[in-house]
Amino acid sequence: MSNLLPLTLKVNGEEKTFLASPHASLLRVLRDNYYWDVKCGCEEGDCGTCTVLLDGKAVKSCITLAHNCAGHEVWTDKGLGYNDEITRMIQDAFVECGSIQCGFCTPGMIVAAKHYIDHGGIADRKEIRKAISGNLCRCTGYNKIVDAIYKVAVELGREVR
Amino acid sequence: MTTRILATEFDYLKPATLEEALKILAEKENVRILAGGTDVIVKMKVAGMTCDYLMDIKGIDALDYAKLDDKGVFHIGALAKLSHLEKDPVIAERYPALKEAFHLMASISVRNMATMAGNFCNASPVADSVVPSICYNAVLTLASVRGERTVPVEKFFLAPGVTVMEKDEMLVDIALPQPEANSGDAFIKKTRVRPDIAKISVGARVIRDGEKACFCRIAMGAIAATPAYLEETSALFVGKKVTPELIAEVAAHASASIRPIDDNRTTAEYRVAIAEVLTKDALTEAWRNAGGEL
Repeated sequence: MSNLLPLTLKVNGEEKTFLASPHASLLRVLRDNYYWDVKCGCEEGDCGTCTVLLDGKAVKSCITLAHNCAGHEVWTDKGLGYNDEITRMIQDAFVECGSIQCGFCTPGMIVAAKHYIDHGGIADRKEIRKAISGNLCRCTGYNKIVDAIYKVAVELGREVR
Repeated sequence: MTTRILATEFDYLKPATLEEALKILAEKENVRILAGGTDVIVKMKVAGMTCDYLMDIKGIDALDYAKLDDKGVFHIGALAKLSHLEKDPVIAERYPALKEAFHLMASISVRNMATMAGNFCNASPVADSVVPSICYNAVLTLASVRGERTVPVEKFFLAPGVTVMEKDEMLVDIALPQPEANSGDAFIKKTRVRPDIAKISVGARVIRDGEKACFCRIAMGAIAATPAYLEETSALFVGKKVTPELIAEVAAHASASIRPIDDNRTTAEYRVAIAEVLTKDALTEAWRNAGGEL
């Protein structure tokens, strides 16, 4: 039963073929193949640090089966940072606002923020808090993370008047 | 317990059509259906759920819909995702309590994967989308190779994780009837922080006939082994002039008629106490939404 099967995914813009068992989560396949910017926290869909973009939508990779994504497009924080202007802005804002303490939640937070901005997110602290409600941070108290996403939304001209 | 691996071995099946999927359900033993996976995968990791076959139905495009039919009934397919439904204009206009429930459910990254039908089939007593669906008289269609049958939503649940579905059946469609003119509804959920599972949730829908209600349906989550339709309590509200006193009386009855339990989210005592307040708030809001005055 648990034999390895070939799996083709488009990760960070590159078409890749992995060998993965049917039981493997997307998170495990990514990490086993050196995508270490995708962090592994609770592995049961609570903490959100494993968040990646699957076909443009933020999902928790620990509760997504890898073979379920065959042929689909996956972007991780690192890949987005090199290729996507908005993600780069979010990453810069995280650094400038001091939103990173231990940094473990950061990749998931940035992907959640990217999803928020991509889907018309505005500079509204309450909405931003909702958008990152699936991501836990145990250091910052969230304020500086919200600051960073707010800053990007303002830079993009999404102020609320 | 480890969350690193799925502790069960299974074969992964991916049918492309509903017929194929139903055939698999009829022929094979111990099949689990995977749609969004936000409950199934977690249960396999931490709650010891096992299966011999995991059938991924995401390839069945024909089940991914949310649309009105020519009789004005709104149909939600088994694969319609919560993040899609929460933005649906028909739901926003006709079923605002359901929209509210979607908005209060989990986090965006979970709603991007999870389906409404999955929320039903997981059969949690707290299921957020079920409570308003009870108020809206939703009808579920179960399909198998033997044919289709329909079940009203309040008859669908038997116990936590257990539904009336036979092992070869699959929930394919959730139908919401057209709401009447002069109807109003409300959904209230109590949690500690926003994306939490509810301590308790209350839904109410009323149809107004002048100063009286001619229809009322109150439903609650997390107060019994299944999401509950409070039939007796709802009947108390019908046919009398609606006043704050009547609402208080109905709310007290709701609180007295439930037998919740203590669990890790809150205590039975709190649930009984807050049920009265929430029922009062939900009925007041629903009555006002129906155009009624107090």
